[in-house]
Amino acid sequence: MTNLLAQIINGLSVGSIYALVALGYSMVYGIVKLINFAHGDIIMVAAYMMLIGMVMLGVPLWVCILACMVLTAVVGILVERLAYERLLKKGVPRISLLITAIGVSTFLQNLYQVLFGSSARSVPTIIPAGSVQVFGVSISYTMIITIAAMVVMMILLQLFVNRTKMGKAMRAVSEDPGAASLMGINRGKMVAITFAVGSLLAAVGAVLYCATYKQITPFMGSMLGLKCFVAAVLGGIGSIPGAMTGGLIMGVAESLTKGYISSTFADAVVFGILILVLIFRPQGLMGRRVSDKV
Amino acid sequence: MNKKKKLLSYALNFALVLVLFLVVNVLMAAGIINRYYGGLIMQVCISVVLAVSLNLVTGLLGQLVLGHAGFMSLGAYAAALFTIHSGMATSGAGGVLTIIVATLVGGLVAAFFSFLIGVPALRLKGDYLAIITLGFGEIIRVVMLNLEITGGARGLAGIPVLTNVNTSMIVAALTIFIIWAYMLSRHGRAVLAVREDEIAAEASGINTFRTKIVAFVIAAFFAGVAGSLYAHQIGVLSPTKFDFNYSIEILVMVVLGGMGSITGSTIAAVILTLLPELLRSVADYRMLAYALILILMMLFRPGGLLGRSELSIAGLGRFLRRKLFGRKAAAAGVPMTAGEELEVEAQTVQEPAIDAILTAEVKEKDKPEAQPENAGEGKED
Repeated sequence: MTNLLAQIINGLSVGSIYALVALGYSMVYGIVKLINFAHGDIIMVAAYMMLIGMVMLGVPLWVCILACMVLTAVVGILVERLAYERLLKKGVPRISLLITAIGVSTFLQNLYQVLFGSSARSVPTIIPAGSVQVFGVSISYTMIITIAAMVVMMILLQLFVNRTKMGKAMRAVSEDPGAASLMGINRGKMVAITFAVGSLLAAVGAVLYCATYKQITPFMGSMLGLKCFVAAVLGGIGSIPGAMTGGLIMGVAESLTKGYISSTFADAVVFGILILVLIFRPQGLMGRRVSDKV
Repeated sequence: MNKKKKLLSYALNFALVLVLFLVVNVLMAAGIINRYYGGLIMQVCISVVLAVSLNLVTGLLGQLVLGHAGFMSLGAYAAALFTIHSGMATSGAGGVLTIIVATLVGGLVAAFFSFLIGVPALRLKGDYLAIITLGFGEIIRVVMLNLEITGGARGLAGIPVLTNVNTSMIVAALTIFIIWAYMLSRHGRAVLAVREDEIAAEASGINTFRTKIVAFVIAAFFAGVAGSLYAHQIGVLSPTKFDFNYSIEILVMVVLGGMGSITGSTIAAVILTLLPELLRSVADYRMLAYALILILMMLFRPGGLLGRSELSIAGLGRFLRRKLFGRKAAAAGVPMTAGEELEVEAQTVQEPAIDAILTAEVKEKDKPEAQPENAGEGKED
């Protein structure tokens, strides 16, 4: 029983990271209908920023985290401006956008491999070791902070999207880009802001990832990104609470598979879930069914 | 008339393939093509099979597949295990029969699995096929790494080497022929119609789901065939070969050659297989370069080098005529399509993009890529 509880809490902690990253996929998909394959690699870029800041430059931790968040947001905007903007303006077929995203993803992975080598780098401790006992289960500080950070970010994001003017504009563009431009909303700007917010959340995810796993590689983003995308689809792509729920479910499912079945098959379970979701509820748990207009 | 032209074109292409075949064999007999070059030719042929088959789904059908290497891996392991365990002859004429059967087995296994994942994925609109095939490719790799029968991480060794230059060339030519013929059939036109507008295609009475699944299964079949050739060429299989990067490499061939151009994919496959051999010194930067090619291509030339046009003897003839007699003669019979410039290297022929199935008749009338054209245009001179 305690073991089960421990696995679930562990899953919630991993799931929090997934949820933060899944939000980036979900928001970008909501606004430009693009599966941003490069999003997973944005996490990798952010993680390497943490490495550079903490190990090579020796900057204090809080400066490092703040700088990482800001710079990752800038990277997100840069990727959007350099790779996607032209295509979005031209209104090219979706497949071209998707291929570009894969290109950006492969590019970032291989760039960092050339720069830092393909072997794993270890990251210094971010959250001090230690744990609290709850009902006989020991919960590490890392887990508590990870879950707390996710909850805080989620509340801030909800406030931003629902209560601010900019959030309203963002929702308008994702609802109907044409009508939104007629109301005087600059679509290009909103897309850039979406990428920035998504990347910022990914940066928080990256910091928590570094704290949890303490190791990074240039290819860490691909599998992580894939899982988070699955989480976003599971929750209903385009929906913010959906991404959160999806991420948490993924984390718990994975943790339980690792704990009770086999660690090698955890990835297979992830895609099994994806296929089941797509068969029975393609719009996801909290998504809306959209029908094609002719 | 049209049928006659089509037959003539097939005959001409067959003759050309035959000539190529003979030339390679003569060169091999003369010792100019040694083992190294022979190996290269086999690799090129395998790449051609992969690129052309992926083009059927990604270029012509317009559905992104990111797990082509996964299907190749399935075919490779299935074929290799068949050859090892079936006890069929592995030399002489028996060896030829063995590789034919093994290759079919590899292709069919890949096709079967593609059907299994295609059914849920293709029912949905949008990009789900990309993500599901990507996931599937990864699952296959993990499973191959953990199974007992595939040798796990050590890989599968001791596969009889049965692929030779001739087998691989024949398979490559057959693949191109079958996919080409498929695209000229009414099923092929349905494929194009689905790419251009799925809703319009459905409204015109095309069973879009069936069209998509058949094209997807055919592509996976040929990926399996390529896997079988590869397994019997190298003799050793390891799951790491068939990773996501390999799927991307095949995709780059399709994108670079021109999404929707069979000849384009063929040419790109040849170039991109030979290029790394020439550039061994900068091998570390290869994937980086591939990624840049993908991005820049999409930004500045989304159609790829050839776009949707095909290279053909007829087009070459038209190009020469244009050079010799001016533009008027050449322009006749080449339908231009909206939004597509003809700045493609001039010896290519513009294939009319089909906006809906309704225009299929037009295409039938002046399908340029399948005609040797000499008669039709000579009159207008």
